[in-house]
Amino acid sequence: MTTPLLSVEDLRVSFSTRRGTVEALRGVSLALPAGGVLGLVGESGSGKSVTSLAVMGLLDRAGRVTGGRIRFDGRDITRAGPRELRGLRGAEISMVFQNPRAALNPIRRVGEQIAEVLRAHRPLTGAEARKQAVELLEAVRIRDAARRAQAFPHELSGGMCQRIVIAMAMACAPRLILADEPTTGLDVTTQKAVMDLLATLTRERGMAMLLVTHDLGLAAQYCDQVAVMEQGRIVESAPPAALFGTPRHAYTARLVAACPRRDSTIASLTPEAPPRPAAAPRKAPAPGTSPPGTPLLLEVQNLAKRYPDGTVAVDDVSFTLQPGESLGLVGESGSGKSTVSRLVTRLLDPSGGRILFEGGDIGGIPARDFHRAPQRRGVQIVFQDAGESLNPRFTAFDSIADPLRTLDGLRDGAALQRKVEDCAEDVGLPRALLDRFPHQLSGGQRARVGIARALAIEPRLLVLDEPTAALDVSVQAVVLQLLDRLRRERGLGYLFVSHDLNVVRMLCERVIVLRQGRIVEQGESTRLLHAPAEAYTAELVAAIPHFDPSAAPQAAVACS
Amino acid sequence: MQVLRRAALRVGGRLLSSVPAVLGVVVLTFLVMRVLPGDPAVYFAGGPSAGQEQIDALRVQMGLDKPLPVQLLTYLRDIARGDLGRSLTTGQPVVVDIAQRLPASLELTLTALLLALLAALPLGILAALRPGSAVDHLVRFLCTMGVCMPTFVSGLLLVYVFYYLLGWAPDPTGRIDVFAASPPEITGFLLVDFALVGDGEGWRAAAAQLILPSCTMALFVLAPLARMTRASMLAVLGGDFIRTARAMGLPGWRVILVHALRNALLPVITITGIVFSTMLGANVLVEKVFSWPGVASYALDALQASDYAPVQGFVLLMASIFVLVNLVIDLLYGLADPRAAG
Repeated sequence: MTTPLLSVEDLRVSFSTRRGTVEALRGVSLALPAGGVLGLVGESGSGKSVTSLAVMGLLDRAGRVTGGRIRFDGRDITRAGPRELRGLRGAEISMVFQNPRAALNPIRRVGEQIAEVLRAHRPLTGAEARKQAVELLEAVRIRDAARRAQAFPHELSGGMCQRIVIAMAMACAPRLILADEPTTGLDVTTQKAVMDLLATLTRERGMAMLLVTHDLGLAAQYCDQVAVMEQGRIVESAPPAALFGTPRHAYTARLVAACPRRDSTIASLTPEAPPRPAAAPRKAPAPGTSPPGTPLLLEVQNLAKRYPDGTVAVDDVSFTLQPGESLGLVGESGSGKSTVSRLVTRLLDPSGGRILFEGGDIGGIPARDFHRAPQRRGVQIVFQDAGESLNPRFTAFDSIADPLRTLDGLRDGAALQRKVEDCAEDVGLPRALLDRFPHQLSGGQRARVGIARALAIEPRLLVLDEPTAALDVSVQAVVLQLLDRLRRERGLGYLFVSHDLNVVRMLCERVIVLRQGRIVEQGESTRLLHAPAEAYTAELVAAIPHFDPSAAPQAAVACS
Repeated sequence: MQVLRRAALRVGGRLLSSVPAVLGVVVLTFLVMRVLPGDPAVYFAGGPSAGQEQIDALRVQMGLDKPLPVQLLTYLRDIARGDLGRSLTTGQPVVVDIAQRLPASLELTLTALLLALLAALPLGILAALRPGSAVDHLVRFLCTMGVCMPTFVSGLLLVYVFYYLLGWAPDPTGRIDVFAASPPEITGFLLVDFALVGDGEGWRAAAAQLILPSCTMALFVLAPLARMTRASMLAVLGGDFIRTARAMGLPGWRVILVHALRNALLPVITITGIVFSTMLGANVLVEKVFSWPGVASYALDALQASDYAPVQGFVLLMASIFVLVNLVIDLLYGLADPRAAG
């Protein structure tokens, strides 16, 4: 066997924090041959990003390599000095980051930024570098490259910014590209375009790629070897077909199960949980089963939201929701799905159309007066980022008690205490955690606080705006199960906003696909996902990176 | 062309929208001056011992016998004509007085601001590059000292050390040595005027007079500038695009100066504007300590003499400068940050 391009042997990295030293990597070994694609998957905190940063020598001040070796092309670069690193970075090893817009300097033109990388490693004049920068922009399929080179990052879309970062990374034809969550936060169709581009370019130019991602589907589709990380260790490494088809390690099995797939159900997300008998009659409160005469829980007619600057966020959207029904709202960023959720919860004023809640028009009540309306108690919302949407100065108890205090007028005392504890118990939040502040809770615990807060005053309609988007898959699995159970127990109606079609399919009976503020397609969720009627829906479905254990070998072949 | 037109429109809009604020300041000062104890007519008649007739005559001459609203209207009409009234202490029109003294204040303030920036930026950058290190603590100490020492104390200390003990600095009185020849008045800024006529010796003498007072003022505003630079640099250095720049193998100085500093300067620009406006009004102590013939000491003297016109003129001047400085900062910000220009 020839020497691998990159080999990491028993790498140990620790961070000194206020609470002592934290070991981030506890002996990571991996090898990446020239031209190969290695996927590094794992959940947050598993050390996958730390591994890639350690290779680049980009650990922040608190981080330190305490043991092991990093070899690039046979050369030990574990403790390379600044001069040596500067020669390597960009020229031999390059990196593509998460959140491309932030990864670019906001006040410099993108063309300049690419030219700067070129000039840092090659003796070029400014004009030559600028010309090559435009060529690179063309290589990453940016139309009208010469004009785009003059743009600032904020004038470009997220996908476009990522192409520019890729162009920077490719500029000096490095032999290794480290891609750290390169498509997290991008829409699925953009993600597909960016990943295809990255895969094609690295293959054409014979570059090796280390793809760090939390998305198993992405790793399965684009890598020829995948390593699974957990708590600073690599627990398993194998070609994707074998890894996802027959995981040998218990953690891999758990991770694979927790990943929503085309055929997974809410119950199958956690393998160790006993199969829920209640999972089958999920459709008990299906549309039409409520006794005749019951008013619709929610009826939206020709809803529209236009902003003074002419942007149309929502245009002529109509749908209905039965009591106890769960309706999914999917679409890419800018499709208006979050705007719809904010209009329904009356945080925004619509510019047209009607919103009927249990037969009563709530669309006419101005947003700033809605908190006094009697219907306010019936509608609650769970926000995307549980960490950002909790008051950092409120304990979990205060957050859950807040709606009880303001909407139910409960005073501090035994009744409030009991009510909050009941709510916490319902969402599986241990009572001992109620005194903690948001920053002392894990992502999953924060999500539970957010859900408990929404449920505290027993609403009939719960609007969920991407409640699991910021969570790891295993946590997402548990939260989804929780949401499903709560809905069945309480007969809640859900308006579930998500960009993840698989999640929506599991949780919702019906789905609405939005695009640019308009409804593209709506229908029964399983049908919509398996036999979409509209081309756009089909495109969305096709863009989801998936790994069906049976289909995985094909995917691996396709990308090698 | 389009850009220029947009900028012009913005400037016009900003100036127009600041008119109410300036007007409010003018009216308020006018009223406050009338409420303050002390009767200018009595003061200028030569004290309470002067005859009542004499005082009354003066009062009529100054228009103080008319009701307040009429006085205010008269005052506003005069302002609109560019007439700020006449100072009773100097006997000259306020406009002339201010025109004579403003360059002195501006020269002092601008020099002090330049010195402060020259010191604060490197100090802030150094502190941000090594947070928690000895350099960082030293900068923090310097800043704290600069802020907590009143300017008249630090000014006197500097005079004591550099004039009295070491004899390096010239006699700390005024802008120029009493026996030296003044340059022809071109801009009113001595350094510029000397440079224009090519008088090297005079320039050095004027600079020597300027150095202590401007250092005193610079010390005072070092803290906000250096602390802001440090905080802003720290925030930017933690940013993703700095990591990108490092990951692409750009030289270290380029990462810090081109990528980090240019972004970090944005909040510093805002603070500089605020600091400049405060300095211009608050340098009265420095002007007093160094017998600097500036507008602030002029206004203070007038205030003590219940001389309405110069005080009102001074406040109007300050308000206008504040508006102008904010406008300039706004335009600078638009140049420095393409996101703000839109």
